[in-house]
Amino acid sequence: MIERNLGLTIFCHTVLLLGAAAVCLPLYFAFVAGSLTLQEVQQTPFPWVPGTHFLDNIATAWNQGNFSRLYINSLIVTIGIVVGKLTISLIAAFAITYFRFPFRMTAFWLIFVSLMLPVEVRIIPTYEAVADAAGPLRWFADITGISWLVGSVTGYQLEAALQWNMVNTYSGLILPLIASASATFLFRQFFLTVPEELCEAARLDGAGPVKFFLDILLPLSRANIAALSIILFIYGWNQYLWPLLFTTDAEMQTAILGLKHLVPVSDAEPAWNIAMSAAFFVMLPPAVIILLMQRWFTKGLVDSGK
Amino acid sequence: MPRSNATAGIGGADTRPPLAIGIALSRLLPKTSEAGLKTAHFSKPGLAVALLAPQLLILLFFFFIPSYKALSLAFVQVDPFGAREIFVGFANFAQLLGSPDYRQSVFFTLWFTVIQAVVTIALALLFAFATDFVIRGRGLYKSVILMPYAIAPVISGVLWAFLFNPAVGPLAQFIQSLGIPWDPNRRPFDAQLLVIVASVWKHICYDYIFLVAALLAVPQSLLEAAKLDGARPVRRFFTISLPLVTPTIFFLMVMNVVYGLFETFGIIDAVTRGGPAGATNTLVYKVYQDGFVQLNLGSSAAQSVILMIIAILFTVLQFRALERRVNYQV
Repeated sequence: MIERNLGLTIFCHTVLLLGAAAVCLPLYFAFVAGSLTLQEVQQTPFPWVPGTHFLDNIATAWNQGNFSRLYINSLIVTIGIVVGKLTISLIAAFAITYFRFPFRMTAFWLIFVSLMLPVEVRIIPTYEAVADAAGPLRWFADITGISWLVGSVTGYQLEAALQWNMVNTYSGLILPLIASASATFLFRQFFLTVPEELCEAARLDGAGPVKFFLDILLPLSRANIAALSIILFIYGWNQYLWPLLFTTDAEMQTAILGLKHLVPVSDAEPAWNIAMSAAFFVMLPPAVIILLMQRWFTKGLVDSGK
Repeated sequence: MPRSNATAGIGGADTRPPLAIGIALSRLLPKTSEAGLKTAHFSKPGLAVALLAPQLLILLFFFFIPSYKALSLAFVQVDPFGAREIFVGFANFAQLLGSPDYRQSVFFTLWFTVIQAVVTIALALLFAFATDFVIRGRGLYKSVILMPYAIAPVISGVLWAFLFNPAVGPLAQFIQSLGIPWDPNRRPFDAQLLVIVASVWKHICYDYIFLVAALLAVPQSLLEAAKLDGARPVRRFFTISLPLVTPTIFFLMVMNVVYGLFETFGIIDAVTRGGPAGATNTLVYKVYQDGFVQLNLGSSAAQSVILMIIAILFTVLQFRALERRVNYQV
């Protein structure tokens, strides 16, 4: 493949430059808008050269949107999603592939079925599940007569005690988002490719399941874990619909929601300069991660096929 | 990734009827109780159950119970004070399918999703082909075109809403200076166009990553043989590389449709809020609007059930695509 075709090379570079420009132009205009004053941003024609107020606007946006708090919320929720989902799915996949126990296939199918329905299609029932997480327990206590038993023996109202509202809590923001088995399925597929000899050797040397998992399986999965962490970090940081529904308290909102509130609506003062400067620090963490860990991330995405 | 299913021949039409999707699925998944179990395994049921418990509990509370509730809510009517639930059978569905709003939403979602999917894959193919061909600057091009993956759909929506804002947006000013009227807040077609542009811009990177990887995996020997036979680069692309990456393209088309159906909520909410006059109300956005804004729970649940059926259909398709994607590994 030494043959080069000059015309085609030029064409390809043109296509790629146009593509890169299409990606960068909106970001550049956002940067210009973020560096102007309120008067300048409303002028026609729109200037091509950035103004001098970028840092001022960032400071204004940061304080106006209470981002000191929202940024911490976003970090907690995102890290919670990454760590929670990885932990849960690693151990579940380990149990499914390395243990013989009754109802193993039932467990597998229960997990697998959850791949079928994305969260977006069950918005309202999931909201109810979060607003009243103890509801099913109350129902269970009711059906089985436990609440009647407890009530008549101790006089204690079990119904009243079983209340657990997760709206405006971190767990309410994290748990529904890790309730899907995509990562479990991915790790299962990976564990199936791990050579059988490793487990046999470990058992001959007297290692139990926990030791085998921690000392052999986890180090082998390092590449998959890294790639999946990146994908999950971006997924978690960029969540919009769930925080929108599950947070009514301004103190519990995430950075993405904070940005959305800064965007001018039709009748308000068109403070696009503030909104656009805020867009930059809100998309900073995922952008940095993708730039620094591009190789891991592309490999992981293609491998996971989702 | 299982490799034991090289059934569909290269370029050959798949003769299996669509009903055989289930069979295709079952081939990817274990059949017997021993399947998917390592030969060297442990038998400590107690520990296994403890390891599985967190996953199953979370699924129970946040997946199975909500899904069951969605199903049951779709067949009842709740009175405005939430006190009573009356079983109404399929009345919610009948009402839904009879409503012009819903039909408009179905119609828009359909053509929005198809156009978005086709444009995305076409542009991604063009970029991937060019990336595969050039030598200088390949890494830089890749990094730049990948960037939108890090950007949230809602931020993509905000960016494009600003660029095409009729009062202050630079690109809107450019269009208006050409004498073309432009106002996505009032003109339905402008709004629909803007939503499509924002969705495509956000999603090209995804298809691009997969296609670049797939083109890289095309065996050099085949390309060199074609070259010896006198095939030029463009011809080699269309007669060798493209047929070899069709499984990837099929997989990506499914993923694009899933993205268009379910993941564009943020874009719609930031750009148009479903307006003007419901012109950009996709099915998922309508579930949110009817359920949370209008508080029409019965109708919203019925819509959820219809979406669930669509989602299940596409998951099956996605697995079928995943299965085919590994066929041509050489």
